[in-house]
Amino acid sequence: MTATERPKAPGLLDGKFSPTRPLAASGNLFAFALDVLRALPRRPFQIREFIQQTWFVASVTILPTALVAIPFGAVIALQLGSLTRQLGAQSFTGSASVLAVLREASPIVTALLIAGAGGSAICADLGARKIRDEIDAMEVLGISPIQRLVVPRVLASMLVAVLLNGLVSVVGVAGGYFFNVILQGGTPGAYLASFSALAQVADFWSGEIKALIFGLIAAVVASYKGLRAGGGPKGVGDAVNQAVVITFLLLFAVNFVITAIYFQLVPPKGQ
Amino acid sequence: MGVAVEVSGLTKSFGSQNIWSDVTLTLPPGEISVLLGPSGTGKSVFLKSLVGLLKPERGSIVINDTDIVRTSEHRLYEVRKLFGVLFQDGALFGSMNLFDNIAFPLREHTRKSESEIRSIVLEKMDMVGLQGAEGKLPGEISGGMRKRAGLARALVLDPEIILFDEPDSGLDPVRVAYLNQLIVDLNAQIDATFLIVTHDIGTARTVPDNLGLLFRRNLVMFGPREQLLTSQEPVVRQFLNGRREGPIGMSEEKDVAQVEAEMAALEARGGDRHNGVGPKGASGGDAVPPQLEPTPGLPERKAARRRQERVARMLHEFDPQTAEAIRASLPEDLLAQVDAGAYTPTRGSGGRHWAPELDAMPAGSTATAVLPRSGGEV
Repeated sequence: MTATERPKAPGLLDGKFSPTRPLAASGNLFAFALDVLRALPRRPFQIREFIQQTWFVASVTILPTALVAIPFGAVIALQLGSLTRQLGAQSFTGSASVLAVLREASPIVTALLIAGAGGSAICADLGARKIRDEIDAMEVLGISPIQRLVVPRVLASMLVAVLLNGLVSVVGVAGGYFFNVILQGGTPGAYLASFSALAQVADFWSGEIKALIFGLIAAVVASYKGLRAGGGPKGVGDAVNQAVVITFLLLFAVNFVITAIYFQLVPPKGQ
Repeated sequence: MGVAVEVSGLTKSFGSQNIWSDVTLTLPPGEISVLLGPSGTGKSVFLKSLVGLLKPERGSIVINDTDIVRTSEHRLYEVRKLFGVLFQDGALFGSMNLFDNIAFPLREHTRKSESEIRSIVLEKMDMVGLQGAEGKLPGEISGGMRKRAGLARALVLDPEIILFDEPDSGLDPVRVAYLNQLIVDLNAQIDATFLIVTHDIGTARTVPDNLGLLFRRNLVMFGPREQLLTSQEPVVRQFLNGRREGPIGMSEEKDVAQVEAEMAALEARGGDRHNGVGPKGASGGDAVPPQLEPTPGLPERKAARRRQERVARMLHEFDPQTAEAIRASLPEDLLAQVDAGAYTPTRGSGGRHWAPELDAMPAGSTATAVLPRSGGEV
């Protein structure tokens, strides 16, 4: 070993505060997402794993989603109920409530639950496998963990997100109806009749597309963090924590972008 | 017959921390090699580099004409099918029972029917002595059973190279003895190339054909077992005798004066021969104990004769003590050939660990490991 090859003593910062570090991290995540996309069409498709994961993600998210959707719908109904009364537009309460639930509330609730319940479970599962060398063992057996484990999870999470979005829409609208009509003394007929005054079918589809993308992001980030967990059980905990935080940040940013594009593409009703 | 693994000039760092540099060695096909080294010298990193899980910065690892340091991801997955790896804790899939774990590679890679898979899996489970445990989950069985199940899973695709990451860790000496016998028996049956990473000196003294030692970010020595067992290199002697006196310190390095004082005190007490028994099967002196033989009834190890011919060709390169120990292990016909000068001396000196067929050696190349005699260097 010559003198020039001697290992350098670790520096004070040692690359920890390098300005390019966040860029490298984003790049790695994006590269991982591309790897997942590339592995998507590769045979054989892991149908068994996909069904198991769909059931798993659904089972950890359905109940909390329904329970969150009811108060969410209620809050929107309460806010709109008093707002429309102030404006003298009570006849539009139902319409505005449907619009709020379909366009924003239900994809966001879905996203929070998919990231918080589904994503954290996926990340913890993969992280535990990583630190037990299971992932390495799988690679050594010549099996790509991305194709075998990540792709089914991403697809499962996307499917469940779309279905959950439907569930949240129904529960949210029903909750809004209940609170407006029963608790605030709104008129049932007016509430139902105004449903389609502002809302349109495109709103529902935009919500579903949002949910689909949120499911994708949540599963990709969770898998990425899980497969890179290191440093024992604490590393898995850190990975789950980071996965949830990163997913939330990404979801709200992406939500903003999609909403902005939606308003450019789909003209509001009545114009 | 297993395939050779040719490692040359391999260097690996994590960030600014160098793990080892310029590691050059060749695992001869079908032979059992053991890699030793103090804790934290990157033995596991070396294993992971061999299967392409980690990417070294420099050097090459050539297997079947593929350099796995630089090959494509796709080709890497193909080359990996040659490997069986036994991870430290077996690395079984926690959600599957033993049968499904061992059947997993077959179900993923082959189109065999379920009944064929069943017969292969049961055969391998029988091989490692796990009959009747098919339905157990990895969490329900002992560490020794997990290791054996991991071994069965590594064997199921008929690998050409098998890597063992500390097969003795967490096992009692009797189970280690059984596992060592199992390793030798397996080698006799499938003739694959074996590499065992371990701390267990008893294993290192009796199981392998070749021994290597990693220390201070270097491969100190790699060669036929006799070369290390009779070596006078301070690091090798200290490690194989499991004593405190020598260059290896608790936290890696010691200063030269202290080492000299310790060695003088050791000599005054009568040297290694009178130093008693060290931990992990380390024993005094530099005796070369007989190698483990396959269980009677199994075929002979095909690698045994190949190895004898190989070391016979490189006999002239070793110091007299090593040569003496090797001569004692050679059969009469090879000794006669050696003494008749049938093997012309090859180029390079000291530490040749791998002598290819004479006519197969490309001009200008030397397969010699450069052995840094790092006794005095700090």
